Amino acid sequence: MAFNSAVITFPGSNCDRDMAVALEKVAGTAPHRVWHGDSELPDGLDFIAVPGGFSYGDYLRCGAIASRSPIMQAVIAAAGRGVPVLGVCNGFQVLTESGLLPGALLRNAGLNFVCREVSLEVGNAQSLFTSAYETGQVIRVPVAHHDGNYFADEATLDRLEGEGRVAFRYAEDVNGSARSIAGVLNDAGNVLGMMPHPERAIEATHGGTDGRGLFESAIRGLVGA
Amino acid sequence: MKVRVHVSLKPGVLDPQGRAIHHSLEGLGFAGVNDVRAGRLFELDVADSVSDEAIDEMCRKLLANMVIENYRIEKVAA
Repeated sequence: MAFNSAVITFPGSNCDRDMAVALEKVAGTAPHRVWHGDSELPDGLDFIAVPGGFSYGDYLRCGAIASRSPIMQAVIAAAGRGVPVLGVCNGFQVLTESGLLPGALLRNAGLNFVCREVSLEVGNAQSLFTSAYETGQVIRVPVAHHDGNYFADEATLDRLEGEGRVAFRYAEDVNGSARSIAGVLNDAGNVLGMMPHPERAIEATHGGTDGRGLFESAIRGLVGA
Repeated sequence: MKVRVHVSLKPGVLDPQGRAIHHSLEGLGFAGVNDVRAGRLFELDVADSVSDEAIDEMCRKLLANMVIENYRIEKVAA
Protein backbone atom coordinates (compact mmCIF):
# COMPACT_ATOMS: atom_id res chain seq x y z
CA MET A 1 0.00 0.00 0.00
CA ALA A 2 1.43 3.35 -1.03
CA PHE A 3 2.02 6.03 1.55
CA ASN A 4 -0.35 8.89 0.76
CA SER A 5 1.01 12.14 2.16
CA ALA A 6 0.67 15.89 1.66
CA VAL A 7 2.94 18.87 2.25
CA ILE A 8 1.27 22.24 2.86
CA THR A 9 2.85 25.36 1.35
CA PHE A 10 2.14 28.88 2.62
CA PRO A 11 3.49 32.10 1.13
CA GLY A 12 6.94 32.25 2.74
CA SER A 13 7.34 28.52 3.38
CA ASN A 14 10.89 27.52 2.45
CA CYS A 15 11.29 23.96 3.76
CA ASP A 16 8.34 22.55 1.84
CA ARG A 17 10.51 21.15 -0.93
CA ASP A 18 12.95 19.59 1.56
CA MET A 19 10.01 17.98 3.35
CA ALA A 20 8.57 16.67 0.07
CA VAL A 21 11.94 15.22 -0.96
CA ALA A 22 12.38 13.56 2.44
CA LEU A 23 8.92 11.99 2.29
CA GLU A 24 9.50 10.75 -1.25
CA LYS A 25 12.97 9.36 -0.47
CA VAL A 26 11.81 7.48 2.62
CA ALA A 27 8.31 6.47 1.52
CA GLY A 28 8.97 5.91 -2.17
CA THR A 29 5.96 7.94 -3.25
CA ALA A 30 5.86 11.68 -3.82
CA PRO A 31 3.56 13.67 -1.52
CA HIS A 32 0.73 15.85 -2.77
CA ARG A 33 1.64 19.53 -2.70
CA VAL A 34 -1.18 21.61 -1.23
CA TRP A 35 -1.45 25.40 -1.36
CA HIS A 36 -2.56 27.50 1.63
CA GLY A 37 -5.56 28.91 -0.22
CA ASP A 38 -6.99 25.47 -0.93
CA SER A 39 -9.85 24.58 1.35
CA GLU A 40 -9.74 20.82 0.82
CA LEU A 41 -7.08 18.17 1.28
CA PRO A 42 -6.66 15.20 -1.10
CA ASP A 43 -8.74 12.18 -0.10
CA GLY A 44 -7.42 9.35 2.02
CA LEU A 45 -4.26 10.98 3.38
CA ASP A 46 -2.00 8.94 5.67
CA PHE A 47 0.17 11.88 6.70
CA ILE A 48 0.19 15.69 6.55
CA ALA A 49 3.37 17.76 6.91
CA VAL A 50 3.35 21.47 7.79
CA PRO A 51 6.85 22.63 6.82
CA GLY A 52 9.26 25.28 8.04
CA GLY A 53 9.84 28.76 6.72
CA PHE A 54 8.55 32.24 7.35
CA SER A 55 4.88 31.93 6.48
CA TYR A 56 3.32 35.33 5.75
CA GLY A 57 6.64 36.95 6.65
CA ASP A 58 6.13 36.04 10.33
CA TYR A 59 3.69 38.97 10.44
CA LEU A 60 1.78 39.42 13.71
CA ARG A 61 3.35 36.33 15.36
CA CYS A 62 5.21 33.40 13.79
CA GLY A 63 2.62 31.04 12.33
CA ALA A 64 -0.34 33.19 13.38
CA ILE A 65 -1.65 34.16 9.94
CA ALA A 66 -0.96 30.73 8.43
CA SER A 67 -2.89 29.06 11.23
CA ARG A 68 -6.00 31.01 10.15
CA SER A 69 -5.63 30.19 6.42
CA PRO A 70 -8.29 28.15 4.59
CA ILE A 71 -6.23 24.94 4.34
CA MET A 72 -5.56 24.88 8.08
CA GLN A 73 -9.27 24.45 8.75
CA ALA A 74 -9.05 21.25 6.71
CA VAL A 75 -5.84 20.20 8.50
CA ILE A 76 -7.47 20.78 11.90
CA ALA A 77 -10.46 18.69 10.84
CA ALA A 78 -8.21 15.90 9.53
CA ALA A 79 -6.19 15.91 12.77
CA GLY A 80 -9.46 15.56 14.63
CA ARG A 81 -10.21 12.44 12.58
CA GLY A 82 -6.85 10.98 13.60
CA VAL A 83 -4.76 11.72 10.50
CA PRO A 84 -1.10 12.13 11.58
CA VAL A 85 0.15 15.72 11.30
CA LEU A 86 3.81 16.72 11.58
CA GLY A 87 4.77 20.38 12.00
CA VAL A 88 8.45 21.30 11.77
CA CYS A 89 9.89 24.67 12.81
CA ASN A 90 7.46 27.28 11.44
CA GLY A 91 5.07 24.32 11.07
CA PHE A 92 5.30 23.76 14.84
CA GLN A 93 4.48 27.44 15.37
CA VAL A 94 1.49 27.07 13.02
CA LEU A 95 0.24 24.06 15.01
CA THR A 96 0.46 25.84 18.38
CA GLU A 97 -1.19 28.96 16.92
CA SER A 98 -3.99 26.81 15.50
CA GLY A 99 -4.63 25.19 18.88
CA LEU A 100 -3.69 21.68 17.71
CA LEU A 101 -0.79 21.68 20.19
CA PRO A 102 -0.53 23.36 23.59
CA GLY A 103 1.90 26.16 24.43
CA ALA A 104 3.63 28.76 22.29
CA LEU A 105 7.05 29.44 20.77
CA LEU A 106 8.70 32.60 22.08
CA ARG A 107 11.76 34.48 20.85
CA ASN A 108 14.95 32.51 21.64
CA ALA A 109 16.19 33.36 25.12
CA GLY A 110 19.56 34.45 23.72
CA LEU A 111 17.80 36.60 21.08
CA ASN A 112 19.99 35.14 18.32
CA PHE A 113 18.82 33.14 15.34
CA VAL A 114 20.22 29.67 16.05
CA CYS A 115 21.31 27.70 12.97
CA ARG A 116 23.35 24.58 13.71
CA GLU A 117 23.15 20.86 14.35
CA VAL A 118 22.05 20.01 17.90
CA SER A 119 21.75 16.90 20.06
CA LEU A 120 18.21 15.78 20.83
CA GLU A 121 17.11 13.17 23.30
CA VAL A 122 14.14 11.03 22.30
CA GLY A 123 11.65 11.57 25.14
CA ASN A 124 9.18 8.90 24.15
CA ALA A 125 9.85 6.21 21.54
CA GLN A 126 6.34 4.76 21.85
CA SER A 127 4.75 7.36 19.58
CA LEU A 128 3.71 7.05 15.96
CA PHE A 129 6.56 9.40 14.99
CA THR A 130 9.36 7.97 17.13
CA SER A 131 9.01 4.19 17.19
CA ALA A 132 12.18 3.68 15.13
CA TYR A 133 14.18 5.25 17.97
CA GLU A 134 14.84 4.18 21.55
CA THR A 135 13.62 6.28 24.49
CA GLY A 136 16.63 8.21 25.74
CA GLN A 137 18.52 7.82 22.44
CA VAL A 138 20.47 10.93 21.46
CA ILE A 139 20.24 11.98 17.81
CA ARG A 140 21.81 14.83 15.85
CA VAL A 141 19.41 17.04 13.86
CA PRO A 142 19.77 20.63 12.57
CA VAL A 143 17.84 23.59 13.97
CA ALA A 144 17.34 26.96 12.27
CA HIS A 145 15.03 29.32 14.12
CA HIS A 146 14.62 32.63 15.92
CA ASP A 147 11.46 31.79 17.83
CA GLY A 148 11.86 28.29 19.21
CA ASN A 149 11.70 28.94 22.94
CA TYR A 150 8.87 26.63 24.00
CA PHE A 151 6.53 28.05 26.62
CA ALA A 152 3.54 26.59 28.44
CA ASP A 153 2.25 27.08 31.97
CA GLU A 154 3.59 24.78 34.68
CA ALA A 155 0.42 22.67 34.84
CA THR A 156 0.58 22.05 31.07
CA LEU A 157 4.28 21.18 31.24
CA ASP A 158 3.60 18.71 34.07
CA ARG A 159 0.80 17.15 32.06
CA LEU A 160 2.95 16.87 28.89
CA GLU A 161 5.71 15.14 30.84
CA GLY A 162 3.34 12.93 32.81
CA GLU A 163 1.56 11.75 29.66
CA GLY A 164 4.74 11.03 27.69
CA ARG A 165 3.99 13.82 25.25
CA VAL A 166 7.50 15.28 25.17
CA ALA A 167 8.70 13.54 22.01
CA PHE A 168 12.09 15.27 21.89
CA ARG A 169 14.22 17.32 24.29
CA TYR A 170 17.33 19.35 23.62
CA ALA A 171 20.35 17.60 25.10
CA GLU A 172 22.19 20.94 25.13
CA ASP A 173 21.32 24.60 25.63
CA VAL A 174 19.68 25.86 22.41
CA ASN A 175 16.96 28.45 22.91
CA GLY A 176 15.76 28.57 26.52
CA SER A 177 12.78 26.22 26.00
CA ALA A 178 10.85 25.25 29.13
CA ARG A 179 12.16 21.91 30.37
CA SER A 180 14.33 21.74 27.22
CA ILE A 181 11.30 20.74 25.15
CA ALA A 182 12.04 20.46 21.42
CA GLY A 183 8.93 18.59 20.28
CA VAL A 184 5.50 17.80 21.71
CA LEU A 185 2.61 15.49 20.88
CA ASN A 186 -1.11 16.23 21.16
CA ASP A 187 -3.16 14.20 23.62
CA ALA A 188 -4.24 11.69 20.97
CA GLY A 189 -0.64 11.21 19.81
CA ASN A 190 -1.34 11.89 16.12
CA VAL A 191 0.01 15.45 15.99
CA LEU A 192 3.71 16.22 16.54
CA GLY A 193 5.32 19.65 16.47
CA MET A 194 9.09 20.11 16.71
CA MET A 195 11.55 22.92 16.07
CA PRO A 196 14.45 20.76 14.76
CA HIS A 197 14.43 19.69 11.11
CA PRO A 198 14.40 15.88 10.66
CA GLU A 199 13.88 16.38 6.90
CA ARG A 200 17.36 17.91 6.73
CA ALA A 201 19.03 14.77 8.09
CA ILE A 202 17.86 11.88 5.95
CA GLU A 203 20.83 11.08 3.72
CA ALA A 204 24.58 10.87 4.19
CA THR A 205 25.24 13.97 2.09
CA HIS A 206 23.28 15.99 4.69
CA GLY A 207 25.99 15.11 7.19
CA GLY A 208 23.77 12.67 9.06
CA THR A 209 20.71 10.46 8.74
CA ASP A 210 19.29 10.67 12.26
CA GLY A 211 16.11 12.37 11.06
CA ARG A 212 15.19 9.46 8.86
CA GLY A 213 13.84 7.44 11.78
CA LEU A 214 10.97 9.86 12.23
CA PHE A 215 9.66 9.29 8.72
CA GLU A 216 10.37 5.56 8.93
CA SER A 217 8.40 5.39 12.18
CA ALA A 218 5.38 7.06 10.64
CA ILE A 219 5.48 5.03 7.45
CA ARG A 220 5.96 1.74 9.26
CA GLY A 221 3.16 2.62 11.68
CA LEU A 222 0.74 3.55 8.94
CA VAL A 223 1.29 1.20 6.03
CA GLY A 224 3.35 -1.57 7.57
CA ALA A 225 6.99 -2.40 7.02
CA MET B 1 -14.77 54.48 15.40
CA LYS B 2 -11.11 54.23 16.38
CA VAL B 3 -10.13 51.36 18.63
CA ARG B 4 -6.74 50.71 20.16
CA VAL B 5 -5.85 47.18 21.21
CA HIS B 6 -2.93 46.91 23.60
CA VAL B 7 -1.34 43.45 23.64
CA SER B 8 1.16 42.55 26.34
CA LEU B 9 2.88 39.40 27.53
CA LYS B 10 1.28 37.78 30.55
CA PRO B 11 3.16 38.12 33.83
CA GLY B 12 5.69 35.31 34.16
CA VAL B 13 6.21 34.86 30.42
CA LEU B 14 9.88 35.41 29.62
CA ASP B 15 10.44 38.53 27.49
CA PRO B 16 13.96 38.42 26.02
CA GLN B 17 13.23 41.49 23.88
CA GLY B 18 12.16 43.51 26.90
CA ARG B 19 15.31 42.37 28.67
CA ALA B 20 17.50 43.45 25.75
CA ILE B 21 15.79 46.86 25.66
CA HIS B 22 16.35 47.13 29.42
CA HIS B 23 20.06 46.41 29.01
CA SER B 24 20.27 48.95 26.21
CA LEU B 25 18.63 51.64 28.37
CA GLU B 26 21.15 50.92 31.09
CA GLY B 27 23.91 51.14 28.51
CA LEU B 28 22.68 54.63 27.62
CA GLY B 29 23.11 55.60 31.24
CA PHE B 30 19.45 55.65 32.35
CA ALA B 31 19.38 54.59 35.98
CA GLY B 32 16.41 53.36 37.98
CA VAL B 33 14.69 51.29 35.29
CA ASN B 34 13.57 48.20 37.18
CA ASP B 35 12.08 46.19 34.32
CA VAL B 36 10.98 46.49 30.67
CA ARG B 37 8.23 44.45 29.02
CA ALA B 38 7.68 44.84 25.27
CA GLY B 39 4.17 44.72 23.87
CA ARG B 40 2.36 45.91 20.77
CA LEU B 41 -0.37 48.31 19.86
CA PHE B 42 -2.98 47.85 17.13
CA GLU B 43 -5.02 50.80 15.90
CA LEU B 44 -8.26 49.71 14.26
CA ASP B 45 -10.67 51.90 12.36
CA VAL B 46 -13.99 50.06 12.51
CA ALA B 47 -17.55 50.85 11.52
CA ASP B 48 -19.77 52.10 14.33
CA SER B 49 -21.98 49.08 13.77
CA VAL B 50 -19.26 46.69 14.94
CA SER B 51 -20.19 45.36 18.36
CA ASP B 52 -17.98 45.23 21.45
CA GLU B 53 -18.34 41.47 21.36
CA ALA B 54 -16.96 41.34 17.81
CA ILE B 55 -13.94 43.47 18.77
CA ASP B 56 -13.33 41.21 21.75
CA GLU B 57 -13.51 38.18 19.46
CA MET B 58 -10.98 39.76 17.06
CA CYS B 59 -8.57 40.01 19.99
CA ARG B 60 -9.08 36.46 21.18
CA LYS B 61 -9.06 34.89 17.71
CA LEU B 62 -6.15 36.73 16.15
CA LEU B 63 -4.64 39.86 17.66
CA ALA B 64 -3.53 38.19 20.89
CA ASN B 65 -2.27 34.68 21.55
CA MET B 66 -4.18 33.86 24.71
CA VAL B 67 -1.55 31.31 25.78
CA ILE B 68 1.06 34.00 26.35
CA GLU B 69 -0.60 37.41 25.98
CA ASN B 70 -3.22 39.67 27.55
CA TYR B 71 -5.09 42.40 25.69
CA ARG B 72 -6.84 45.61 26.58
CA ILE B 73 -9.33 47.37 24.32
CA GLU B 74 -9.46 51.15 24.34
CA LYS B 75 -12.04 53.10 22.37
CA VAL B 76 -10.72 56.45 21.19
CA ALA B 77 -12.96 59.46 20.67
CA ALA B 78 -12.93 60.58 17.04
